Amino acid sequence: MLWNTLLLALRSIRRNLMRSFLTILGIVIGVAAVITMVTLGNGATQSVSDQISSMGSNLLMVIPGQRFGPGSGGAPSFKSADVDAVRNQISGAERVAPVVGTSATVVNQANNWSTSVTGSTSDFFPAGNWEMAAGRVFSETEERAGKAVCVIGETVREKLFGRQNPVGGEIRVKQFSCEVIGLLKSKGQSAMGHDQDDIVVMPLRTVQRRLVGSQDINMTISVRGASSIDAVKQQITLLLRERRNIGENQDDDFRVMDTRQIAETLTSTTKILTMLLGAVAAVSLLVGGIGIMNIMLVSVTERTREIGIRLAIGALEREVLLQFLIEAVVLSSLGGLVGIALATGASLFLAGLMGVPYIFDPAINLVSFLFSAAIGVIFGFFPARRAAGLNPIDALRHE
Amino acid sequence: MSDSALIRLSGITKTYGRGQAAFQALKGINLSIGAGDFVAVMGSSGSGKSTTMNILGCLDVPTSGSYLFQGVPVERLSRNQRTLLRRNFLGFVFQGFNLLARTTALENVELPLVYRGEPAAMRHAAARSALQQVGLEDWEGHSPAELSGGQQQRVAIARAIVTSPAVLLADEPTGNLDTGTSREIMELISAFNQKQGITVLMVTHEPDMAKYARRVIRFVDGRVERDSRDEGGV
Repeated sequence: MLWNTLLLALRSIRRNLMRSFLTILGIVIGVAAVITMVTLGNGATQSVSDQISSMGSNLLMVIPGQRFGPGSGGAPSFKSADVDAVRNQISGAERVAPVVGTSATVVNQANNWSTSVTGSTSDFFPAGNWEMAAGRVFSETEERAGKAVCVIGETVREKLFGRQNPVGGEIRVKQFSCEVIGLLKSKGQSAMGHDQDDIVVMPLRTVQRRLVGSQDINMTISVRGASSIDAVKQQITLLLRERRNIGENQDDDFRVMDTRQIAETLTSTTKILTMLLGAVAAVSLLVGGIGIMNIMLVSVTERTREIGIRLAIGALEREVLLQFLIEAVVLSSLGGLVGIALATGASLFLAGLMGVPYIFDPAINLVSFLFSAAIGVIFGFFPARRAAGLNPIDALRHE
Repeated sequence: MSDSALIRLSGITKTYGRGQAAFQALKGINLSIGAGDFVAVMGSSGSGKSTTMNILGCLDVPTSGSYLFQGVPVERLSRNQRTLLRRNFLGFVFQGFNLLARTTALENVELPLVYRGEPAAMRHAAARSALQQVGLEDWEGHSPAELSGGQQQRVAIARAIVTSPAVLLADEPTGNLDTGTSREIMELISAFNQKQGITVLMVTHEPDMAKYARRVIRFVDGRVERDSRDEGGV
């Protein structure tokens, strides 16, 4: 009975190619959309964490306050003395770079460009994995004197100097002129779409005195040897708690983050985005399901008569139902498989286009496949069940 | 008819609807039909002739009364058992042909054999032979849309007799056909009755078609009004 019913189901699919195609189409689009969205989202998340780890796994960032982002929430900022204390007392801290950030418009002749200006020491460059494309970094003398010298990123070079060599040139930042002594090697876009090359680095003291007018700083610390990072983190935390007079039962009013934590903070955003995209795609899967329901309802008159004919010439109710069940399962599985194939193609193509890695996610493939199968079976099977329960004569007379 | 009757109806009633809106289509039908007979059932529309046919064909169930088929009380059979009765003993020809759309003549004819679980080779042979008997051996690959009304009804007849049923039930088989084609269809049905001994029950309202039958039963208002044998004859 199963074999014969399978035969009848396949015959019926082959005979009604247009109806079968339309049924499958809804599932294909829904499944492909869900899988593609989620796969690309996962790829984006992966690429964010990849780029953060490219900063070096042995990097710590110390910021005042508990939040990540602008504003320290009232917590006192760090001073140069804190930087020195970390540099001198924490043996695992290889390079300690104080960081002050601000934004400013920089000008060279007729060109001007709004960029971010970072004040730091020469330790900033090795700590942040920066390499020089031309020129040099500032010397200790220049740092101590707060000289008007700067190292610029590729984007700033392009905007202010075009294709010319900027080293030896001058840029104006607010009210003062600044000699360009070095050009940084391009790092490209960061994971969050931020242009890392859009940067001007000056000695810390220069920025503090001439641009921000305060002593506040953050710290970037690169740690010697990745294995000791947790120990160094703990040492820094203890040292800073002591220096900031935080009592035993009080929470830290600063954060020491390693790149993994930074990655988590940033990837949580892309994860939310992935979920959002997935939800939108799930709606399209649902719409696909409604499409299937429409096809099924439109063809229900013809199919009810067909069921009447089959019952009249001796088909048992369960044989008719099994046939319709097989039809529904075959169609929606086919739709699911085509959808998965399409999603794989689209994901590979779009991942290449967007520059994110392609990561195959078995769970989402399985879930969308099962969901599509369920939709197909529910909408394909239940109208048939009603028809097969009729008296044959009522099914035959169905208009 | 004696106790050897193939079909025996006693006190069959059929009521549609309930309460005030109830309509009694059959008001107590008593009827017996012997094996090998050719019976025409006539009557105006609403007289209950089609309802009776549907009950005889186990496509519908009576409200009350008893229906013996080869001595078996049909009203006590389950839905599945009635289906098996149709599968093994009955063949149907409808006014509207009721072939499966977009399905070849051969596949339509072999469908009852599929449900009987016959092997493919036997199905094909039997279906080809049935198509040959209705003169459509050259049309087996055509779908209903590619066939004329008369040809479609021939396919339907082939589908009905491919299982060699005990009874062929035909509900206005010529209702949608012109006179010439109707005669050809009636000749075919008549031939199956005479050569293979298949009992034929046919509903018609055309006296010309009823002439092919050996027995004519007239329905009026849900009752048998007249039951006459050899009215005309072939």
